[in-house]
Amino acid sequence: MVHVHNLTKRYGSLVAVENLSFRLDRGDVLGFLGPNGAGKTTTMRIITGYMPPTKGTVHIEGVDIFDNPLQAKKMIGYLPETPPLYLDMTVAEYLDFVADIKQVKRKEKKSRIFYVLEKCGLSDVRKRIIGHLSKGYRQRVGIAQALVNNPSVLILDEPTIGLDPLQIIEIRGLIKSLSGERTVILSTHILPEVTMICSKVVIINEGKMVLEESLDYLSEGLRNSGSLLLRVRQNGEGVKEKIMSVNGVSGVKPGSSGEFVITPSEGVEIREELVRLVVENDLGLLELRPLVSTLEEVFMKAISSEGN
Amino acid sequence: MKAFYTIVKRELRSYFASPLAYIILVVFQVISARFFFLYLQGFLQFQFDPSYQLQTGELNLNNLVVLPYFGTISIVLLLIVPLITMRLIADEKKNYTAELLFTSPIRIRTIVFGKFTASLILLIIMLLLSSINIFVLMVHGNPDFGAVFSGYIGLFLLGASFLSVGIFASSLTENQLIAAVISFGVLLLLWLVGALSDAESSVLGYISVINHYEDFSKGLIELKDVVYYLSLIFLGLFLTYTSLESERWR
Repeated sequence: MVHVHNLTKRYGSLVAVENLSFRLDRGDVLGFLGPNGAGKTTTMRIITGYMPPTKGTVHIEGVDIFDNPLQAKKMIGYLPETPPLYLDMTVAEYLDFVADIKQVKRKEKKSRIFYVLEKCGLSDVRKRIIGHLSKGYRQRVGIAQALVNNPSVLILDEPTIGLDPLQIIEIRGLIKSLSGERTVILSTHILPEVTMICSKVVIINEGKMVLEESLDYLSEGLRNSGSLLLRVRQNGEGVKEKIMSVNGVSGVKPGSSGEFVITPSEGVEIREELVRLVVENDLGLLELRPLVSTLEEVFMKAISSEGN
Repeated sequence: MKAFYTIVKRELRSYFASPLAYIILVVFQVISARFFFLYLQGFLQFQFDPSYQLQTGELNLNNLVVLPYFGTISIVLLLIVPLITMRLIADEKKNYTAELLFTSPIRIRTIVFGKFTASLILLIIMLLLSSINIFVLMVHGNPDFGAVFSGYIGLFLLGASFLSVGIFASSLTENQLIAAVISFGVLLLLWLVGALSDAESSVLGYISVINHYEDFSKGLIELKDVVYYLSLIFLGLFLTYTSLESERWR
């Protein structure tokens, strides 16, 4: 469980994060989105106790990260933007070191290391020097490092950055399989990733929260935008007016090369009428499909509406 | 305590996994042994030169061999300590591993003290290596053991103060070279500052790191000198802690 309350971080006069609050329960996977410089990394660094906030509190499983950092930090696994690796160590040595500073119990250490090596696909390279590994493997070592203390809160700053498509799919699968018992926060630029693995979305822009939504609810909204896209061959004068005349059409927006985005009135089925109109006027139907708005559009809308 | 041990272990591993520690130990040993041989040669020449026979009181192993040998070691330490400490914290910042340390359940002072202890162990190995020469001297000659002992205590305290200054320099930057230059500059200044004033009792004379070493080399362990070195060590480590802590707040 992660409880972020009224978090504010200022660097001098620059406000990096302002009054950010959210609450995550066990099993939640939060997709933390925002343009570059929106304050994502700063927020994650505060949650992990790397830096203190100017104002506000963070509770990890009910423990305040600043009043009681040693206890709270034991429950966190953190993968920073750049994996924190000692390049002169082997993978196994490194994980052993991390397990020690994270105070994994001696009895559990060996099995934990074995588990994360397996889980992250590192068993074959466990004796290799980290400095000799490829970027994809280093990223996996970074994730293994975050998991070695069996954290109840897992915080990943752009976990799939710099990986090839196959590795991205693997890592996504890994993250998905890790949720459930844990609370996961991950920041990313890849929006489809959020749709694939997250259960909740927070979008921030210029340090402020602009959207907080559960993904079920969000994707429901995404599917039922209701608009239709119509493309016809005849793109002459008056086509727009003809479409407007169809019963139940509330708006028409002409696009390029004979495209029209048509918004029907709430709950009215207009497709049949629309097709009849096109055929009767011999406009040459090329395409008619429901317009599904993507997360990209939600993202862009959330961010640009903030600017107004 | 376990966290402290973990930090020390990793630092030592890092020293000895790279060629750095071996190069440092070899360079240190070669230079100090070369000078030791030089001083010993001088001593033997004096011994058989009849014109020096009159001042036999001055003509002993301590004054002609041990004292200058320790003096050489102190200068070599001045040159080598910045190389020992330069990577200690600068490297953590450069490789982003600082982010791992500071988000782990471990106190900053444990990190600083662990790193200092690891570098201290390297210093002790250097001093032990240098004592081989003294051991040879003891087998074949008769130097004053008390002065040798106090001299080593002094060298240890001197080296430890250098290390704490070096760690502080390393905490100021993520560039090892800059860290080494800063620590060398500060140490040289602390060394030479005594020469700026003639009076032994002046403030500048008190600040000088090497003035406090002189008593040790003469066989005296004075409380004021011990206090001076311990304060310098504490100051260096405290400033390191402050520098790391303040970075988080920035």
